[in-house]
Amino acid sequence: MTLEALGVSGVAVRLPEQMNDLSGLIIPGGESTAIGKLMRTYGFYDAIRQQHGAGMAVWGTCAGAILMAREVLDALPDQEELGLMDLAVRRNAYGRQVDSFEADVEVRGVEGGPFTGVFIRAPWIESVGDGVDVLASHDGHIVAAQEGDLMATTFHPELTGDPRVHRYFLDSVIGA
Amino acid sequence: MSESGSTTTGTGRVKTGLAEMLKGGVIMDVVNAEQAKIAEDAGAVAVMALERVPADIRASGGVARMADPTIVEQVVAAVSIPVMAKCRIGHFVEAQVLQSLGVDYIDESEVLTPVDEEHHVNKWDFAVPFVCGCRNLGEALRRIAEGAAMVRTKGEPGTGNVVEAVRHIRTVHDEIAWLKGLRPEQLFTAAKDLQAPYDLVKWIAENGKLPVVNFSAGGIATPADAALMMQLGCDGVFVGSGIFKSGDPSKRAKAIVEATTHFEDAEIIARVSRNLGEAMVGINISDIPDAERMQERGW
Repeated sequence: MTLEALGVSGVAVRLPEQMNDLSGLIIPGGESTAIGKLMRTYGFYDAIRQQHGAGMAVWGTCAGAILMAREVLDALPDQEELGLMDLAVRRNAYGRQVDSFEADVEVRGVEGGPFTGVFIRAPWIESVGDGVDVLASHDGHIVAAQEGDLMATTFHPELTGDPRVHRYFLDSVIGA
Repeated sequence: MSESGSTTTGTGRVKTGLAEMLKGGVIMDVVNAEQAKIAEDAGAVAVMALERVPADIRASGGVARMADPTIVEQVVAAVSIPVMAKCRIGHFVEAQVLQSLGVDYIDESEVLTPVDEEHHVNKWDFAVPFVCGCRNLGEALRRIAEGAAMVRTKGEPGTGNVVEAVRHIRTVHDEIAWLKGLRPEQLFTAAKDLQAPYDLVKWIAENGKLPVVNFSAGGIATPADAALMMQLGCDGVFVGSGIFKSGDPSKRAKAIVEATTHFEDAEIIARVSRNLGEAMVGINISDIPDAERMQERGW
């Protein structure tokens, strides 16, 4: 919905071949275990790596950020990472649902004042590699990062109706 | 809501937001840690911890209550996906207990025996979000007015018969379409007829959808049942007795997850439906005495 408001057409990707002509892929929030299992069953891991190699930008929010990371702390034993981004991410870092929260975050490169971060059973980014730019932090933990044409956010811009982070993905991550 | 420093917990957006993250997924009833692991391994987006599945509640009769906290705690400890648990309609102390146990969502559920035949729990009092059942739009909006952050059409739990689930989702959508076609002055009367708050009725008429996520529950037993409910426009499905009352729970659970994701792809639904073993034995709704229909519970 946010994408359409920005004049971009989005498709819901359920099978790998639907990614063939995409400029960018958003791996959404949800349960990283559930998404990961379906991704494995339908052959998404190699397909996303291949498409990214061919120029498709990728943005992971929350569960998506977990899936993109090189290393997942507190992962289930059989959980597989895409390993696209040089991040170590901690799952359910803040606790359970009653600990989910909203907080204003300053996102580098996003103009117009702080962005309302909606953190739902959110992870945080524990550490990043040399090639990764930190875009935002909250309470001493990294909550948004970019590595070239890859971006990870641990909060949910799509729940706010504020299109600025989506705009940033379109302008500064796709093609970077 | 509570604020500490720069962060605020328990907001409406945080409560409805978790339900948004479950969209397109399957929530499975489990009665112990072992079943919870099977559900998680099958790709469930959440589990519902309870003492007995609806089919067993139906069979054993008597008063059905919140699960023993030990069961809830064991399930919470066993899995990393969100854990839901049921309290009785109107039993706000069971809800307080479940919140203190750290569950991620409370289902104020007609599957259990109601303790209050006029009032539901005031769900605004809680930081933990609630899901509630509905058979029609008025009931959905009354629950949302009380603070529910997610609804589910009720169906008839524990039957393995999806006919009531179909009736309820169609009713909700028909009523939404009807509201959209009304003129502004008609919405006041519509609110009276639906027995729902005018502000919510007006919002529905303007937006043409529910303000919260709506899952389908009550009778889903096969991958095709789940895909049917998805094609009828629900956001995801609850499967109660349908999985652990079947011949091969793990295989059936995986199949229902895949069919829910690929609900418009008949070839995938056909493939995952093969050789699932025995489905749960279904019950015809006309064989259930009126007093034993769980869907009638809720006001």
